[in-house]
Amino acid sequence: MTTDLTRASAAELADLLTAGETSSVEVTEALLERTDAVDGDVHAYLHVDRDGALATARAVDARRKAGEELHALAGVPIAVKDVMATQGLPTTCGSRILEGWVPPYDATLVTRLKAAGMPILGKTNMDEFAMGSSTEHSAYGPTRNPWDLERIPGGSGGGSSAVVASFQAPLAIGTDTGGSIRQPAAVTGTVGTKPTYGGVSRYGLVALASSLDQAGPCTRTVLDAAMLHEVIGGHDPMDSTSIDAPVPAVVEAARRADVTGMKIGIVRELTGDGFQPGVQARFDESVQHLVDAGAEVVEVSCPSFTAALAAYYLILPSEASSNLAKFDAMRYGLRVLPEGVTDPSAEQVMAATRDAGFGDEVKRRIILGTYALSSGYYDAYYGSAQKVRRLIADDFAKAFETADVLVSPTAPTTAFRFGDKLDDPMAMYLNDIATIPANLAGVPGMSLPSGLADEDGLPTGFQILAPAMADDRLYAAGAALEQRLLASWGGPLLGRAPELSAASTSKEA
Amino acid sequence: MTISAAGETRPTNSGIDTEATIPWDDVLAAYDPVLGLEVHVELGTNTKMFCGCATEFGAEPNTQVCPVCLGLPGALPVVNEVGVESAIRIGLALNCEIAQWCRFARKNYFYPDMPKNFQTSQYDEPIAFGGWLDVEIPAESGEGTETFRVEIERAHMEEDTGKSLHVGGSTGRIHGATHSLVDYNRAGIPLIEIVTKPIVGAGERAPEVAKAYVATLRDLLKALDVSDVKMEQGSMRCDVNLSLMPKGSDTFGTRTETKNVNSLRSVERAVRYEMCRHGSVLSQGGSVLQETRHWHEDTGMTTAGRPKSDADDYRYFPEPDLVPVAPSRETVEALRATLPEPPAQRRKRLQSDWGFSDLEMRDVLNAGLVELIESTVAAGATPAGARKWWSGEIARRANADGADVVSYAGERGIEPAHVVELEGLVTSGRLNDSMARQVWEGVLDGEGAPTAVADARGLELVQDDGALEAAVDAVIARNEDIAQKVRDGKVQAAGALIGQVMKEMKGQADAGKAREIILARLGQS
Ligand SMILES: [Zn+2]
Repeated sequence: MTTDLTRASAAELADLLTAGETSSVEVTEALLERTDAVDGDVHAYLHVDRDGALATARAVDARRKAGEELHALAGVPIAVKDVMATQGLPTTCGSRILEGWVPPYDATLVTRLKAAGMPILGKTNMDEFAMGSSTEHSAYGPTRNPWDLERIPGGSGGGSSAVVASFQAPLAIGTDTGGSIRQPAAVTGTVGTKPTYGGVSRYGLVALASSLDQAGPCTRTVLDAAMLHEVIGGHDPMDSTSIDAPVPAVVEAARRADVTGMKIGIVRELTGDGFQPGVQARFDESVQHLVDAGAEVVEVSCPSFTAALAAYYLILPSEASSNLAKFDAMRYGLRVLPEGVTDPSAEQVMAATRDAGFGDEVKRRIILGTYALSSGYYDAYYGSAQKVRRLIADDFAKAFETADVLVSPTAPTTAFRFGDKLDDPMAMYLNDIATIPANLAGVPGMSLPSGLADEDGLPTGFQILAPAMADDRLYAAGAALEQRLLASWGGPLLGRAPELSAASTSKEA
Repeated sequence: MTISAAGETRPTNSGIDTEATIPWDDVLAAYDPVLGLEVHVELGTNTKMFCGCATEFGAEPNTQVCPVCLGLPGALPVVNEVGVESAIRIGLALNCEIAQWCRFARKNYFYPDMPKNFQTSQYDEPIAFGGWLDVEIPAESGEGTETFRVEIERAHMEEDTGKSLHVGGSTGRIHGATHSLVDYNRAGIPLIEIVTKPIVGAGERAPEVAKAYVATLRDLLKALDVSDVKMEQGSMRCDVNLSLMPKGSDTFGTRTETKNVNSLRSVERAVRYEMCRHGSVLSQGGSVLQETRHWHEDTGMTTAGRPKSDADDYRYFPEPDLVPVAPSRETVEALRATLPEPPAQRRKRLQSDWGFSDLEMRDVLNAGLVELIESTVAAGATPAGARKWWSGEIARRANADGADVVSYAGERGIEPAHVVELEGLVTSGRLNDSMARQVWEGVLDGEGAPTAVADARGLELVQDDGALEAAVDAVIARNEDIAQKVRDGKVQAAGALIGQVMKEMKGQADAGKAREIILARLGQS
């Protein structure tokens, strides 16, 4: 059997490892070689942990050899977004203010990856503190889209999607506050799931907006996403907002890929105007595929979604302004002394550090949030936004009375060019118009590739949304659509992506 | 780097000395005080409010910390259930309503000893609200006490901050320090903030009412066993809000908030001092500046702190990392059932049970002996005996050591059982009172339990009637004149003979028995 280990899915690698046809060390080395070859161009990683990943791989191989019963994904390597605390590994959140910080503890999700025996390859690039839709706001330089190195890979988790799209890892962890898993998945031709809020522990996820943040899988296939979802999901007593219920049967749903009789709701407010023609065309085709697979289409209206962006950009900065207050140079991270001040006070050091350590987009949102929470403005801004949030949740509840899942294009456009929207924050924010409602309501969402836009040949994304705790429906619908699309394409969409500068370093197993 | 005091610019009252005071009587003649008391209580939970760290007082700096209470990126809080239960019990004991549903809120401001630069607190949804506490102050007539009802606005849950230590200055305060150290052991310790409604109508009794309120609250919290309420260690801290209004007015004046008032005596003094200072500012035609003030125990004065205004903006919003607290009515009622008898009511009951006079009861209360006497009586002693043995010699010794009786006895392993045993030796007739005192001294000297001490010291009433009869005969022979008086019916004259018999017996005789024999010998039995 000949397999390019870098192109194999996690499920395939798991089978090869279980069958003893390859070793975790072999897989890990192949992926690290791939990174050596291509990441100079892509810049998906902020930090590669070669030694740590190989040490875990060796340990898992030894345990397997000793006949131990291992987790299904044991030995399958993974990359983790740099917003998750990793003990002994730098965690910067893409910000200068955390340069050099090495957490003394692991996020719960990371503990679960380690418990499953998954080697952690490294930490992926992101917009600073997850604020952005392009990774252009990373303090360490942008990640490039493997489909076109002149274009953005989406954001904030551009690194996690690009690392998967460029075959440097079969799996990655992303976080999604307003679309940061789904929009990068859409523009890189990969799969990403934002689980139900509370479905995956946030302990150790450096908070952007606590009530919106949710970690989830970034992969190349729907089944891989389900398998990773199962590893990281489930109750965590360290996170008060974690749901105390079993993880929905996502892997089973992905394997069955059954949409017979499923009612697919097309959200009127998330199609048509404002969506790139190629994006809309691939969306319409995908809906037809689902119908062909036995689903039924209904149209639903969610009128409050039109106010989602406005509410989101009040709630997010408000929470962020408070969450980011802890970065004050007192206990960890960057410390900058103000210039020309002898014997500076703590306040002066805090101000100088925050001025030097935060980028413009972070400062913009801290200022917005501080303003929105100010007394006298609270009711008009934060208070009203919370009301809109309830209306959006009501719209979802009503839509889910007639539809089992809702669908829309994930992002209105394909990947844009670097700099295109950097000076126009509103244009950048509009990219998340279809993904934001799910975060405001706490419902789960998935993006999977729906094809390439005719006008630019770039990937387009198909979004599926389900009721809270019905994450399994995402996987049932996603897997059914994926099957039909793969058949129509004759192979994975990523097979059509241009070769990156260095030739693929295939390994035989 | 030092932690500087914020807000150096202050409005001025030109030409007016805002730090002067006027005599007490002048204040009372022109103004009525309005008091408000904010008391912070550190709960005695084993772990912090939002993490599993220990809360032990006096540990090495920064040894009781974790990612949560250090505010490390990514860490999340989890509510301490015991802390919530304590808060509810405090609310119930203060006759408050308990919220059906309430949330934590973030109070945002920057300060180096606050790890997250926001304090997790409660804002417009406190766990308990709308209660009252009756306090007793000496009656104006001078006899007995009268009751003053203090209305409680709210009691809410929050977390403590770390502690800053300013190094290099002469005063240990911010100004003049070269650098500051921060100990985060205290960060995250559960606090309950108890806030009164404005207390009006106390007039010249305001300082007493303030002190009595804090003392009553302290007793109540102690009885609830939710905190060690040690003001000197900071586990109970009081801020005094005070303003004056001209007599006859019902419009509140501008208030000051005096911090660092950390003893009962200071509460009384601080109220009095601020009344005299406000009175001075107002009578000069000035306006009181709304600010925090610091109380100085040594000088008995307050000094200006940070200007404070209603515009102070903490940008409160509901804490998104925590879920709402929604105690069921069953839980609340179950907690209500655990409330102890209110201390004032308990004191009255015990005084009557024990048959103590007002004076005796006051001495017992002041010496902090109520619990000790209670357990000694429960162990089998008489109330009078318990009071007698715990308040005599041992009190003198504890006092000389600068300790209270309870801790003095505790350190030396002296227990209620010892008192019971000692009393038993007296009632059984083995010891008389003066011998019992000697035995007690032996117990206090660490010689062991009363029986062992009596044995070792050879203290025992002589039970041999022969020796006693011989002594009686000898004494009668020497005092024929007195003996004759007794024979003639002047029984009370026997006292002089008993005294001599006891002397003859070197004290080791039962005086009652000696009297019996004397009267028998002289034909009076
Ligand atoms: Zn802790």
